[in-house]
Amino acid sequence: MEIDLSQFHSVFFEESFEGLDVMEQELLNLEEDSTGKSSSDLENVNTIFRAAHSIKGGSATFGFSQVAEFTHVMETLLDEMREGSRAITREIIDLLLKSVDCLRGMLNKLQDGEPVSNDYVELVDYFNQLLAINSDDVKSDSGEDESCSTPNSKVSGWSISFAPESYILQTGNEPIRMFKELRGMGHLAVRADLSEVPSFSDLDPESCFITWQLELETELEKLAIKEVFEWVEDDCKLEIRSTAEQNNQSNVITTLTEDDDQKEADLKIKAIPGAPQTDKKLVPIKNTETNTKVGKKAAATTSIRVGIDKVDTLIDLVGELVITQSMLGELGDNFDMGKIELLTNGLRELEANTRELQESVMRIRMLPIGFVFNRLPRMVRDLSSQLGKKIDLIINGEETELDKTVMEQIGDPLTHLVRNALDHGVETIDKRLAAGKSETGTITLNAFHQGGNIIIEIKDDGAGIDPQIIYAKAVEKGMIQDGIDIPHEQIIGMIMEPGFSTAEAVTDVSGRGVGMDVVKRNINNLGGSVEIASILGEGTTFTIRLPLTLAILDGQLVRAADEIYVIPLSTIIESIPLSGAQITRIAGDMPVYKNEGEYIPIVNLCDEFDIKYDKQSTNEGLIAIVEGENRKIAIKIDELLGQQQVVIKSLETHYKSLQGVSGATILGDGRVSLILDIVGLSKRSAERAATRRNQVA
Amino acid sequence: MTSEIADVLHEQSQNIAAIDRNIATEDQGSQFLSFNIGGEEFAVNILSVQEIRGWERPTFLPNSPSYIKGVLNLRGTIVPVMDLRNRFRFKGATYLDTTVIIILKIKSGEKEKLMGCVVDGVSDVFNMDESEISQVPDYASGVDSCFTAGVMTVEDNAVTLLELSNLLNLDLIKHPYSGVSNG
Repeated sequence: MEIDLSQFHSVFFEESFEGLDVMEQELLNLEEDSTGKSSSDLENVNTIFRAAHSIKGGSATFGFSQVAEFTHVMETLLDEMREGSRAITREIIDLLLKSVDCLRGMLNKLQDGEPVSNDYVELVDYFNQLLAINSDDVKSDSGEDESCSTPNSKVSGWSISFAPESYILQTGNEPIRMFKELRGMGHLAVRADLSEVPSFSDLDPESCFITWQLELETELEKLAIKEVFEWVEDDCKLEIRSTAEQNNQSNVITTLTEDDDQKEADLKIKAIPGAPQTDKKLVPIKNTETNTKVGKKAAATTSIRVGIDKVDTLIDLVGELVITQSMLGELGDNFDMGKIELLTNGLRELEANTRELQESVMRIRMLPIGFVFNRLPRMVRDLSSQLGKKIDLIINGEETELDKTVMEQIGDPLTHLVRNALDHGVETIDKRLAAGKSETGTITLNAFHQGGNIIIEIKDDGAGIDPQIIYAKAVEKGMIQDGIDIPHEQIIGMIMEPGFSTAEAVTDVSGRGVGMDVVKRNINNLGGSVEIASILGEGTTFTIRLPLTLAILDGQLVRAADEIYVIPLSTIIESIPLSGAQITRIAGDMPVYKNEGEYIPIVNLCDEFDIKYDKQSTNEGLIAIVEGENRKIAIKIDELLGQQQVVIKSLETHYKSLQGVSGATILGDGRVSLILDIVGLSKRSAERAATRRNQVA
Repeated sequence: MTSEIADVLHEQSQNIAAIDRNIATEDQGSQFLSFNIGGEEFAVNILSVQEIRGWERPTFLPNSPSYIKGVLNLRGTIVPVMDLRNRFRFKGATYLDTTVIIILKIKSGEKEKLMGCVVDGVSDVFNMDESEISQVPDYASGVDSCFTAGVMTVEDNAVTLLELSNLLNLDLIKHPYSGVSNG
């Protein structure tokens, strides 16, 4: 029997991408460990090894030989690291991280059913060099490096004319790198046509004015050559002919090495001075970014990982549904009017089951924000070394849950803001030391729920934003008139306006003048807002506030008179029966609860909300001590009911927001219950008390 | 058996199509839903009616005006409920089996807002040409004049047409402690 393996492809890709994520993370951990204690963490290496091994195994099974081959070499190196025969250096981690990127690119291509480019061959070569230096006996393992391209014993000549569009460098493609790759195929001669290069004063360092004629003697076929240019196919005029038809008339002939140096010098104009050139030794693969983007677009089906508890809840609910259904079925088989009550009960149960099921399914969409945060450490690491800065990235609140759709859309703005913090926020080491700060800058990410919102904070301890510079820039751009007095916060907020960039030099990281406005727009589109707070010399904090239309909350159900309310569980400190509590009245008839020398004002929910209730029973019930924004209040309620996770629904969809209420939820019986907003409640009850006092006065 | 069902379905669909045609072709103006509040007849354009539900006690909203009865769960959507009898100052509003909530919808900006309105009972659906709607005499009454759009005569009975853009305008619903969003 023949098995169609392609049905397992999507699983393979999914698992492989997960494996790559794991590898990336572990590599970053490894790096932290090795710089800190210089003791290599064996467990990390093992994890990386296992991930690489499963990718290798899977790709071999599915016939993705290039991937298998590549991971094999990686594995050999990892094996040496595992056995301790190879020291873990930054260089090796760099190489492995690049390999992860490269693998990701290869897998993306395979997933889209496209042929894999030859980018990886260079890395394989480098692996082999490394491995060869260390030990000779691994050579037999790694001798298969070039078997991907069909070897052809007949050496033939090719004439390639390559005329890239002027924006080619901005797309992250580097002709030199492609030429290097061609050089790896055989003998290469390069002629550059400089006739289009303008005079120095008109020269745009980011544009490419050069076209090339290349002569290549190789035993490989045309297809292999074409693959080298695969990434730029749409961005250039490319002609590949065999030497027989060759016909070229270029003016300037340079050798590859000269040209190489010149081009690199060119490129350095836009690089930051003082940036370490650690990457020089390894050939960086710039294509990776484009790679992943393409992959994302093409991936038709996406998947999410769901906690087993959520699945278990679903199974339980379905079980209940089946029971209800069979009960109703039996009832329907021999029904008489005497059983009408059973029927109504059964139907009610069915309704409740269905609703719970629906809500549980919705809950599956909720994912911890860690999924977005996890991609940031790698970016911070790469960028900080590129910019020559030292950065600590601190992440808090990764477990905060957020709807998947919201999360997918917050990823890019978030990345952009972190990038910005890195590039413009945190100063260079020299500047930091001059300002009396520690060499290492800190970027902190915080995520938490607050008052019916999800708050994400991006905080850096950099130079902060100088309102005067922004002001001057805004005047220059004609956005405001000179001399107008504007509050500082508003001035700082202007960096979110379209077309505003103050980066003194445009770097390839950020500062092209687009970005912040896009960030703002994206967040606004999600119904959120973004605020900037900045203290000159101390740092900048971006606060993203997103509504939790779909977010869920752990809630405590409480009863006040005949109404049921939900108090967010995280705000509750304790609850005490009213009879046993120490209630005193201070400062003119204000009931307070005395707790360890602290007086906590008591808010009677029924009075506060104007709920009709039987005043006789005032002394029964209990108080729940809750805290919001460091203010404690004791809410008087009648009864504590169950605890449950609730899906927050907005009141504003069809009504208006009410202070003290952050939203509503639907309980198991189908009734609406309001969710208390502790911060709002304590604010308004304080205001109310103040008005009462004023009325007396 | 199945062919019989098919026949019946076919016949019904033709009937429905005929009704649709009637509605479309007979130039009888707009269709209105009339209902009873405290013995008086009121009407709204039927296109703004989303559905009609039996009375159920909604969830109390804190500090609401007396005519806001709370919010109710409309298949997962939280919809506010207003008692028109209280809003129009009719005395002695009771909740009986015939009491219904008419879910009305209104465009507010780009979004559609829903509001449940409690009335004593639904009366009729009728066609009426726009030209037959006359002005409500400007005279002191329990119903604020901005809530009425006109008066119509249906089978010798006066029916007051309601102006939903004002009636359902949330800005006109005075609610202490509202408008401070996000606590």
